[in-house]
Amino acid sequence: MARNGWAAALGVLGLGVLGVALLPGLAVAQGAAPSLTMAVGAPVTSLDPHYHQLSPNNAVADMIFDGLVNRSARDQGIPGLATSWRAVDATTWEFKLREGVRFHNGNAFTAEDVAFTLNRVPRVPNSPSSFALYTRPITAVEIVDAHTIRLKTAVPYPLMPTDIANLRIIDKETAEHATTEDFNAGRAAQGTGPWRVVDHRNGERIEFARNEQYWGGAPAFGRVTYRMITNDAARTAALLAGDVDFIDQVPTADLARLRREQRVVLSETIGLRIIFLGLDHSRSGATPFVTDNDGRPIEPNPLKDVRVRRALTLAIDRHAIADRVMEGAATPSGQFLPPGSFGHVPGLEAPRANLEEARRLLAEAGFPNGFRITLHSPNDRYINDARISQAIGQMWTRAGVRTNVDAQTWATFVGRAARQELSSWLIGWGSSGGEASNPLRNLVATVSREKGWGASNRGHYSNPGVDALIDRAMVELDDPRREGLLREATSMAMADVGIIPLHIQTNIWAMRRGLQHEARADELTRAQDIRPAAR
Amino acid sequence: MTVFLLRRLLQASGVVLAMTLLVFLGVYAVGDPVEILISPEADQLERERAIKALGLDLPLWRQYLVFLGNALQGDLGRSFVFNEPALRLIFDRMPATLELALGATFLALLIGLPLGLFAGLRPNALRSRIIMAGSILGFSLPTFWVGLMLIMVFAVQCGWLPSTGRGETVTILGMRWSFLTWDGLAHMAMPMLSLSLSRIGLVIRLTRSGVRENMVMDYVKFARAKGLSPNRIVFVHVFRNILIPVVTVMGLELGGTIAFSVVTESVFAWPGMGKLIIDSINVLDRPVIVAYLMMIVMLFITINLLVDLSYSVLDPRVRLESRE
Repeated sequence: MARNGWAAALGVLGLGVLGVALLPGLAVAQGAAPSLTMAVGAPVTSLDPHYHQLSPNNAVADMIFDGLVNRSARDQGIPGLATSWRAVDATTWEFKLREGVRFHNGNAFTAEDVAFTLNRVPRVPNSPSSFALYTRPITAVEIVDAHTIRLKTAVPYPLMPTDIANLRIIDKETAEHATTEDFNAGRAAQGTGPWRVVDHRNGERIEFARNEQYWGGAPAFGRVTYRMITNDAARTAALLAGDVDFIDQVPTADLARLRREQRVVLSETIGLRIIFLGLDHSRSGATPFVTDNDGRPIEPNPLKDVRVRRALTLAIDRHAIADRVMEGAATPSGQFLPPGSFGHVPGLEAPRANLEEARRLLAEAGFPNGFRITLHSPNDRYINDARISQAIGQMWTRAGVRTNVDAQTWATFVGRAARQELSSWLIGWGSSGGEASNPLRNLVATVSREKGWGASNRGHYSNPGVDALIDRAMVELDDPRREGLLREATSMAMADVGIIPLHIQTNIWAMRRGLQHEARADELTRAQDIRPAAR
Repeated sequence: MTVFLLRRLLQASGVVLAMTLLVFLGVYAVGDPVEILISPEADQLERERAIKALGLDLPLWRQYLVFLGNALQGDLGRSFVFNEPALRLIFDRMPATLELALGATFLALLIGLPLGLFAGLRPNALRSRIIMAGSILGFSLPTFWVGLMLIMVFAVQCGWLPSTGRGETVTILGMRWSFLTWDGLAHMAMPMLSLSLSRIGLVIRLTRSGVRENMVMDYVKFARAKGLSPNRIVFVHVFRNILIPVVTVMGLELGGTIAFSVVTESVFAWPGMGKLIIDSINVLDRPVIVAYLMMIVMLFITINLLVDLSYSVLDPRVRLESRE
């Protein structure tokens, strides 16, 4: 009996330990001070605002620093550390600087800091993606007085205020000898922005305290904890558990549930990221992933025929994708930018699906029985990317183009796309600055190293008419005239189906009831956009 | 003993060298880090500058030689993403992973050994059958599912435990530890449990079969005949014998737990090395991947060595030299 006794006791001990591990009552009480805990899905890699041109880093840089020009929720330029700016002559921009602004460490902000920043930007060591392309057009910096600075360019440069908004101003005295590591440690991260860095744990969390002296008025919360929770389900759970007050990148699969949830409110707006299909325009001969129905290569490349491209775009039911695959979190589009953006073409709607017309165009182009194609796609980059590709594969197949979908991880996919190994692929583009010259120059302008155009034009689309219009727009200082040129270029590229636009993503945030948030088109998640809700 | 250690060390360096070569070739085959890291807006000039800045403009064999040269001087390179020494990044995250892995192993032994002993000594009791069925569940449930279920039940529904993150930490020897604060322990509880679940199952099964095997052996009969108390037989003689397989398996499992608790760490946003390595692989941050795997190889070799040494303590018949 004794033996049974201790054996049972051992069992109880084991189960008991299991029980203790699950003991209730360990929850942490919230402090009484008005503080905010946010969780973001993409890790911030550095607090150095000039080290890595990456959205999560830019969001945090916006909290600590200011640009001369800041960006509104719709990504339009608004006064930041500059109160006004104008083109003094064709090749000179003048910025009037805000007076009485101080950095977090008490140093006064002057034109010297601007000149220092512009000088540092192209010289950050080891930067994997620098901001140098925004300072490259500047040929000379002239400090007129402590609060006026002039930037000279070689040719008229209308994009100066748009470009300069990417550059956050740092304190010369603090940063003169500072390295990226000094910024990451918080020592050098002394900005003029609404939040001061208190603590930074790389890839885990950043603690902020409010800048009481902020020139735009002190923010609503005393402290902010900016946590990084990369797993989608865990981030949603953290909000539902009350561990965090606010999350970004709400997964579309959770949308329906969160809309019903009483404790949670959503904030959403149409973004600036277009999801589109790229096509191989570079090969006149056979393109690697297009064959006839018997698997033989087709010459010449059918994708060079505008009738084929039109058929492919007409075969896609964009509304079905937006409603069913994206759960409503997307707006079908027939151009780069959403309504209200600079260069959006009014009346250029998303093409309506028309299978008959698609089949007719294919037959006219010499493919009455269609052909075979492989559509490549990333599967971990854009919202529901692989599922969108599968839907398109079915739609194309229905129109007679038998489609095989090959979805891969971004790391593999992007290299293949860059090496031009693909024939058709799904990809996205976020138009920073919210104006049309950005997608035009990068996605459909003829690839040119001298001009710096077409670096992301992986299909090597080329249309001299479009190029000429962009050329003219790039030196046109008159805004209405420039917008007219950009609209014309967009219409021309879209009529020629240089790319196949699908939809523009909706940006969605979720927060506990009692907060309100100004949703941003550029996807940046920043604490200054959040306030306690008005009762 | 010295010869044994020296030979092990030599083997280790060979493995590390082969591994670095594999990682270099592997990352090269997967894709181009610059394409992933660069801002899509960057023009051709900026791309060329970035390739040069990261040292990727050299042919692969020269990149590898540069790496080897620096590694011999103790410099394993700087992360492409963080611009910080790769080793420092890893060591920053190491305490979080170590405490989780050791905690999970400790929990597995604490729960698994008694339950396994019980099930082994009374194999036909109903409770034993329940324990064994539970152990199957323990290692067959997928970790991410268990993790999310724990979060849903204990954090979202009941609100007893914090859902994610590390909580309050105490700094000792320049490293941050969670297990010394109440808040830290609360944050550790769920990831630790979800990580240990499959190991608990394993320990239960190993212990049970060990006990059943040993209880019928001659030495136990002899001890009984000699009139030793059942407690002494089980805890001194049998226990020692069943510990050998448990130590071996748990030792190897510990290596795996430290190196690859990726899933648990990302579900619970636990800022450990596993999360660092998966993020690094996603962006092909080669210096971090290489440094990490080098460290892991060393870790496995060390653990295997410790396991071998502990054999000789547990079982005097085992001689190190003869174990080849």
